[in-house]
Amino acid sequence: MLSVEAIEKIEYELTKYPIDQRQAAVMSALRIVQTERGWLSQESISEVAAYLGIPDIAALEVATFYNMYDTEPVGKYKITVCTNISCMLRDSDSIVHHLQEKLGIGFNEITADGQFCLKEGECMGACGGAPLMSVNNATMHENLTTDRVDEILKELK
Amino acid sequence: MLKIEIDGKAVEVDHGTTIIDAADKLGVAIPRFCYHKKLSVAANCRMCLVDVEKFGKPLPACATPVAEGMKIFTRSKAAVEAQNSVMDFLLINHPLDCPICDQGGECDLQDIAVGYGASGSRYTEEKRVVFNKNIGPLISTDMTRCIQCTRCVRFLKEVGGMQELGMVGRGEHAEITAYVDQSVNSELSGNIIDLCPVGALTNKPFRYSARSWELTRRPSIAPHDSLGSHIEVHVKDNKVMRVLPREKESINECWLSDRDRFSYEGLNSPDRLKVPMIKHHGEWQETDWKTALEYAAGQLKDITNEHSSDALGALVSPNSTMEEGYLIKELVHGLGCGNIDYRLRQTDFRLDGKRVGTPWMGCNIDEIEKLDRILIIGSNLRNEHPLLAQRFRKAVDNGAELSIISPLDNNPLMDIAHKIIVTPNDIVNVLAQILKAMSKLQKLSLCLPPTLSALLEQIHVRPNTEAMAESLAGLGRNVNLIAPRVGIFLGNMALSAPRFTEMYSLAEAIGGVSGAKGGILPAAANSTGMHLVGVMPSATGMHARAMLEVPRKAYLLLNIEPELDCQHAALASAAMKKADCVVALTAYKSKALDNATVLLPIAPFTETSGTFMSMEGRIQSFKAVVKPLGECRPAWKVLRVLANTLGLQGFDFDSSEEVKDKIFDGEKPSDYAWRHLNNNMKELVEIETKIKSPGLQRVGEVPQYEADPIVRRSEPLRKTKYNIKRLVRIHPDEMRLHELIEGDLVLVKQDKGSAILPVRSDTHVAMGCVRVAAAHEDTLGLGDLMGDISIEKISQEQADAIKANEMEALS
Amino acid sequence: MATSKTTTSKMTAPVMTDLKGQTLVTLQTLKEKNPASLATYEKLGGYQQLKRLVTDKVKAIEVINEVKVSGLRGRGGAGFPTGLKWSFMPRYFDGTKYLVCNTDEGEPGTFKDRDIIRYNPHQLIEGMAIAAYTLGAGVGYNYIHGEIWREYEIFEEALAEARAAGYIGKNLFGTNFSFELYAVHGYGAYICGEETALIESIEGKKGQPRFKPPFPASYGVFGKPTNVNNTESYTSIPWILQYGGQAFADLGVAGSGGSKLFSVSGHVEKPGNYEVNMGMPFAELLEMAGGIWKGRKLKAVIPGGPSTAVMPAEAILGATMDYNGLSKAGSSLGAGSMIVMDETTCMVKTLKRLSYFFYEESCGQCTPCREGTGWVYRVIKRITDGNGKMEDLDLLTDVSNNISGRTICALGDAAATPVLSFIKHFRPEFEYYIQHGKSMVDGK
Ligand SMILES: Cc1cc2nc3c(=O)[nH]c(=O)nc-3n(C[C@H](O)[C@H](O)[C@H](O)COP(=O)(O)O)c2cc1C
Ligand code: SF4
Ligand code: FES
Repeated sequence: MLSVEAIEKIEYELTKYPIDQRQAAVMSALRIVQTERGWLSQESISEVAAYLGIPDIAALEVATFYNMYDTEPVGKYKITVCTNISCMLRDSDSIVHHLQEKLGIGFNEITADGQFCLKEGECMGACGGAPLMSVNNATMHENLTTDRVDEILKELK
Repeated sequence: MLKIEIDGKAVEVDHGTTIIDAADKLGVAIPRFCYHKKLSVAANCRMCLVDVEKFGKPLPACATPVAEGMKIFTRSKAAVEAQNSVMDFLLINHPLDCPICDQGGECDLQDIAVGYGASGSRYTEEKRVVFNKNIGPLISTDMTRCIQCTRCVRFLKEVGGMQELGMVGRGEHAEITAYVDQSVNSELSGNIIDLCPVGALTNKPFRYSARSWELTRRPSIAPHDSLGSHIEVHVKDNKVMRVLPREKESINECWLSDRDRFSYEGLNSPDRLKVPMIKHHGEWQETDWKTALEYAAGQLKDITNEHSSDALGALVSPNSTMEEGYLIKELVHGLGCGNIDYRLRQTDFRLDGKRVGTPWMGCNIDEIEKLDRILIIGSNLRNEHPLLAQRFRKAVDNGAELSIISPLDNNPLMDIAHKIIVTPNDIVNVLAQILKAMSKLQKLSLCLPPTLSALLEQIHVRPNTEAMAESLAGLGRNVNLIAPRVGIFLGNMALSAPRFTEMYSLAEAIGGVSGAKGGILPAAANSTGMHLVGVMPSATGMHARAMLEVPRKAYLLLNIEPELDCQHAALASAAMKKADCVVALTAYKSKALDNATVLLPIAPFTETSGTFMSMEGRIQSFKAVVKPLGECRPAWKVLRVLANTLGLQGFDFDSSEEVKDKIFDGEKPSDYAWRHLNNNMKELVEIETKIKSPGLQRVGEVPQYEADPIVRRSEPLRKTKYNIKRLVRIHPDEMRLHELIEGDLVLVKQDKGSAILPVRSDTHVAMGCVRVAAAHEDTLGLGDLMGDISIEKISQEQADAIKANEMEALS
Repeated sequence: MATSKTTTSKMTAPVMTDLKGQTLVTLQTLKEKNPASLATYEKLGGYQQLKRLVTDKVKAIEVINEVKVSGLRGRGGAGFPTGLKWSFMPRYFDGTKYLVCNTDEGEPGTFKDRDIIRYNPHQLIEGMAIAAYTLGAGVGYNYIHGEIWREYEIFEEALAEARAAGYIGKNLFGTNFSFELYAVHGYGAYICGEETALIESIEGKKGQPRFKPPFPASYGVFGKPTNVNNTESYTSIPWILQYGGQAFADLGVAGSGGSKLFSVSGHVEKPGNYEVNMGMPFAELLEMAGGIWKGRKLKAVIPGGPSTAVMPAEAILGATMDYNGLSKAGSSLGAGSMIVMDETTCMVKTLKRLSYFFYEESCGQCTPCREGTGWVYRVIKRITDGNGKMEDLDLLTDVSNNISGRTICALGDAAATPVLSFIKHFRPEFEYYIQHGKSMVDGK
């Protein structure tokens, strides 16, 4: 069941669209539910679809099309490192290596304690601050160095 | 009109025509995968790229509208290069294993690759593999073969009315799938098999049973509903292997319902009766035709001699042909008996004798999509006429407003503008309200007969009925229309309702004041034809219901299983049990025929020639596509010989065509039909608007895959989700009134019979109604599809005790 | 406040660029202390143009003409003249017309629109409101790239401020002009930068581009007439109306009116956004960005994002930063996203990363792009894995040519461009990699 808070937020998003266009809110609805639950399970997707009155498959199409939706568990903190060209030119590789070593996981893996998951990201539209990473789709950390990464990890723990 | 040139050939086409349509018109072949004339344009496969003068890059023919003076080249160097490259791309991830693919030999990809592909691929990387999906008992998937043309997705959404398949993932990882572990449930799902240009979606029951080139293709007519769909029956070794649609734009377009596509599995059922049988001292014995026919004739004669010719009753399936109907009528009349009927699922016969002609749908099938306002009374449309529903959907997509009056709030998968969900009994009152509101709106009340006007005076019009009337009059939610094209139709639930006559009369009157077209949506393949040839009681004869209520000594059954095909299952089985003699012409051995005396094996539609008349009055003859199984004989022949054996005259027909000629008496069939089809009434019937349904009303429908003996035996259809165990479905508020909760067992009582069934809450059922489907052994104890019913909650122990008692009574 | 309470995020240190030598149009508030606030923008004359147009009932055609005079070309990458685009919008339409702002920048190397939202959201809002007034649109959406979440929140906050101040909403300035503007977000799909994919996404669908025609002007959001512009395009509008189209045109050069935000990233000392006059010599812009880092030498530049052709140092050093200048030099301005590469850059590996990007981001709808981008990536990967063949270079060229021009949207062309231009300008590096199984540049 969708939480009262989630429904309240989805209702706010629905005010942005004509009343017969409930599907339009599916992007935010999925985001809202994912933020609340950590990831989007099959049930979560169905619940969102049911709430909006759209076919399940239509919600699944959206949930699997956009990178930032997670249809598998991602641990408490999902760290997405951009490795695209501008970041690559500024050695995002070293950031990736450092993270992988520090956390002992590769891309798309979760640490044993369920705290961290590492993802490779595409361009985040913030290349001026390369190299960079984003935590839980919300907080961007730019101009990274290995030291800065250590600090961030410490803050998160 | 625009003048254009394709490959040097000039052609004139309408504004808005696409290049591909123009080329098709000219007969210039442009390869394609995603484009389909009945679906929205996706332009995603890029196979149809053509070269257009003055354009720097090739354009997709399917999505590019032509412009004046356009010069198009489909085989220029640039076009061929583009086509080759697209083919190259399509094949890199497609398995090249045509010899083991079920689509082999009828694969668009295979064909087009030969014509438009390069000789070899330069792709040496690993190919993509996609896991298969289980999308139900009808369709097999082999998703690695999919080329993402999305025809299937678009079909289910646009034609089927509900998005059941989707393309999930992105880019090269995109896959076509249903929602996790769900099957595709559309009653039109089989069409995606035809639409799939590769072997990704194939016919599951047919799978691996034959290669396409081993099959002989024969035309026929679909035998289950009254649409009259054109089909192509594929035959191998005298066995029907599969059924496909034959394109007929004005009827089934290029589609087919799953019922018509997969029912053929019932033809090959082990239940098929292959030799005549006679019951001797309660034991069935196989026999030869001569013995069987003589025995049957002797029995019938003895009984009619001993009692009177009235002691006989003939019940005829409306899925039998016109020829068969004609012969059995002549035979029964020849015996001096007038008890014959095809209207097995009707209870209200008050219209008999009051009609001008043969009732029909009152317009052509392809007119439906052009209607502006539609009223459907008492129909579970997708269940009754799956493919016709799609025409209504098109009308609604085109902007029509749909109104529904029904005891069931089933989702027709199209927008409903107005709906009123009430008990079958209350439909009469609702219609009277609409008539009153309409006649006011149209200021035409003067045209109504005085009795009706007087009746309407006492009627109070409610706001929701008023809104519906306004819509029918042309006042719309979005657009007002001065002269809307209106259609009013009565469905199966109305036809079998106890107050059908009143509903019909009021619908006629509403149609009159609103200038509507319309009529009934006859249930079976040949309902209209049976009426036309007069398979109905004579002036003194008994109708189908009377023959069961006042049991006959002898019955002649054509192509039916009495308890499953008659409206009142309990009455039917009691009558058969009581009769001295039951002669059944049937294609199947069946428990429902246990009480018969003689079983005469007849050929189903694929093994005989004959004629059906569709809902729109179209007379369509077909030929046998295979030879009769075993000792089966076409029913028209059996009836002829039976008549001869009975010593009756005038049965010397050598072919079904001769019977047909006799029916139309030398007149052109369509002219004959035109003269006879008429929905008008000679006189008004009495209408009562004050009747209240005292208790609960049953709403019984016949599930689509139980509609007749053939479809009932199709294993793949039985495995679909439509084939569910019988349940009692009640509105949750009604359940609360009866202190029931989901899953409770209830004793359902109707007349003297009963059944014990679990309850399910169902918001789609009108208050005051109990929905229990028919034509199933779980509900054989029950009575009319529509009628009084009572329910009583019982415990498991009580249920067991009742069952034990019944068993005892039986033994 | 109406903003989403969904996710909290912290604002990181802004990429403050050196303002010297810049012409601040879309980022004019940067000169002020509290750039993003409504008060700051109002102090600079903010919302006065909107008010003037609406209360004086200025004719749409006059506004469109002013925009035409300005020479403003769409800043989203294709460079289509904005005034002309506006004139395509049907004047009379029975129902709601829509306005869409494209802040989905996901083209690698592009990050200018983010700074507009961060530092000057109200100018964007005013620009959109003016466009809505001019085009008769009743509802607008700003579609913001999902990854820059903080900016989405900033924009929601700015909208709330503008709504409270009566700059958007019903019956603005007591007239019968109403305009509702909403923030919507992407969630990780580069393709949604393509305007029709973006429209599909607003409708709550996968971001799969639509075949055009019909163009959004006749069939856009919810099937209604819709105008789509880039963030920077809209944000230029209030300035153009305040100072006149000619003043804007005069900032630039022939064929490229105005100033432009250039996103400079890669191997420079001071990556960031620089708003400079169109026609500025590349060398000057590079200098502004601190020059090549670590004192190294320039090797190549992708001047407008990966969908524009890469240029070797020789070619770009003499070029000016404007539409004609770059096209004469063999590439194009694109979205003004300069990716600078120094002498240590291996072009084979760089191309592999770019090809992977297009392969990953193809929407999967049309055949050449879906199948071709994967094919290209795999062949390049084979080369960097040490298993390349000389024929592969022709194969790559051929496959790219077969994608280009045959797809539904321009992502296909965008994917082909780097392959073709990298091989064209740096062929020896590719040949070396194939022959030796390692990079000519870094020896790895
Ligand atoms: C693959 C692809 C990605 C695009 N990404 C963006 C983008 O991130 N931002 C943008 O404004 N335009 C982008 N565009 C261009 C848009 O389709 C569209 O032309 C633009 O938003 C129009 O605005 P303008 O006329 O103001 O430039 C992209 C186009 C393609 C084909
Ligand atoms: S070119 Fe690529 S991104 Fe564009 S529609 Fe085709 S598959 Fe999708
Ligand atoms: S048939 Fe035209 S693109 Fe597929």
